[in-house]
Amino acid sequence: MASMTSYESNINKVNESAVDRVFMLGNTAFLLVITLIILLPLVFIVAASFSSAEAVIAGKVTLWPVDFSLLGYETIFEHKKVWNGFANSIFYTFFGTIFNVTMTIIAAYPLSRQDLIGRRVITFAFIFTMLFSGGLIPTYMVVRDLGLLNTRWAMILPTGIGPFNLLIAITFFRTTIPPELNEAARIDGASDFRIFLSIILPLARPIIAVLALFYAVNTHWNTYFQALIYLKDQNLFPLQIVLREILIQNSIDASMLIDIEDLVAREGLRELLKYSLIVVASVPVMILYPFVQRHFVKGMTLGSVK
Amino acid sequence: MGPRSGLEERSFRLWLRIRRNWQLYVLLFLPVLWLIVFRYAPMYGAQIAFRDYLPAFGIEGSPWVGLANFERFFNSYYFKPVIVNTLIISFYSLLAGFPIPIILALSVNQVKMRLFRNSVQMITYAPHFISTVVIVGMLFQFLHPRVGFTASLANLLGMTPPNSMGDPAAFAHIFVWSGVWQEMGFGAIIYLAVLSTIDPALHEAAVVDGASRLQRIRYIDIPGLMPTAMVLLVLSTGRVLEVAFEKVYLMQSPLNLGVAEVINTYVYRVGLLSPILDFSYSTAIGLLKGIVGLLLLIAVNYWARRLTNNGLW
Repeated sequence: MASMTSYESNINKVNESAVDRVFMLGNTAFLLVITLIILLPLVFIVAASFSSAEAVIAGKVTLWPVDFSLLGYETIFEHKKVWNGFANSIFYTFFGTIFNVTMTIIAAYPLSRQDLIGRRVITFAFIFTMLFSGGLIPTYMVVRDLGLLNTRWAMILPTGIGPFNLLIAITFFRTTIPPELNEAARIDGASDFRIFLSIILPLARPIIAVLALFYAVNTHWNTYFQALIYLKDQNLFPLQIVLREILIQNSIDASMLIDIEDLVAREGLRELLKYSLIVVASVPVMILYPFVQRHFVKGMTLGSVK
Repeated sequence: MGPRSGLEERSFRLWLRIRRNWQLYVLLFLPVLWLIVFRYAPMYGAQIAFRDYLPAFGIEGSPWVGLANFERFFNSYYFKPVIVNTLIISFYSLLAGFPIPIILALSVNQVKMRLFRNSVQMITYAPHFISTVVIVGMLFQFLHPRVGFTASLANLLGMTPPNSMGDPAAFAHIFVWSGVWQEMGFGAIIYLAVLSTIDPALHEAAVVDGASRLQRIRYIDIPGLMPTAMVLLVLSTGRVLEVAFEKVYLMQSPLNLGVAEVINTYVYRVGLLSPILDFSYSTAIGLLKGIVGLLLLIAVNYWARRLTNNGLW
């Protein structure tokens, strides 16, 4: 990083040519356009979620709330299914991530040790699952035969170890823990368990953070596929499945809309509710994300070191 | 005791090294057990693609039928559209989704102002963290013919609001460009990381020689990105048959199924959704997809290696 700034300042000393100035202007404009394109849909959704049902159904909302109202949010807060989904998602994400991270770390450390016989074969066996899998039905059959169908276990156990995450963990251990450390500890009479628990784990904190984020967001919080194929019981549904019912399949518990006689108003609330729901469902990760962004970047960067 | 033979000596040493690290194998036990149960047992189970799987007889007990399930797929009415749809969506995604993050990274890399740079990165990464369900929900709302943004805009301009989500001709475009919208920023991270490792001396020398920014991008930055770009390209070409299930499935409707049914969703439909569950047939299609995908990856990697000296392995 230090070298980077020194070269930037060197370049600044040289006067920028006219060509470069025009280029930089165009470049800035390009990035501004991209940023606006990213922001536009998000701003629209938020604006609509704070509008009145009438404004929404009349198609009047563009980028600012029309007839400011919190009705959409109030309706969501009374929707028990949504809260149940939130609770289930938190459960799956919390325990699932603990399971994933533990499994990944206890696999990655041994596989990062150059002196481990068979490490190439076992690493390849993990990586190979990134390139080829038994497929949907055979995996389903295994989960079924283990009696996990329609249980909370089905949301946790099959996720296990992501090969990409395993790779970045192995890379982390290989690049940050010198082999001499291990030899020195050995000479002092420490066993591998001891080394792992009292030296490796404390050093592994950064990679544990990265893995926890990757698993929590990518494997658990934001996915619905596992739930779609393994769960039947409504009470076990994670948030994403509930969202799918409301946002995509347009099925909203009619009791929520019962006290509204007018059909148009009812239709309006139905749509308004979706906007509010999109906001409510995205807020937890969106609030968290600026704080954890650098961990994600770190993880992606580790992944690019092969 | 006499001297051991070379072979004995070597295997004895090997054994010593294994025994010395026995605790590492204990650590590996659970992960490997998991790998066998949840990843390799299904590969064994995939043999039902060659059988007529009957639940009462189990995997080994069901009768062999050779390639009958594969033939059935080849002769099926759905074979052609499903393959064509998959390839169209995949290659379109690749065509748009591969270069754009590179362009974005090159562009962001030019920005010196820290605040602007960080804001652009922060904003462009954000959509990656929105779940697929919410993204598709947003698409439905944004493009809704009555309450959506496009509808409001059309109303404002006095035009008839379009019904983009109900239009099969628009399906691939919506799928691909919403994907670009969601992933371009996150996809740029890896390239930005690589750009930051390029030796500053190269740029300094180029500046001294009077190279413009555009020339430095062309002759220093882009060549620097090539190895990474090649690896990612090989990976995505190897996955052309794997159109993201979660998103396509959510975007499907009776109106657009003709252009939106892809291999992955078809496998799900015949395997777990239809009234007569056909595990063997579904598995055969999935297996075919997996094998072709693997062969494709090997082939693309081979060519990438020969042409550019970069590849996965």
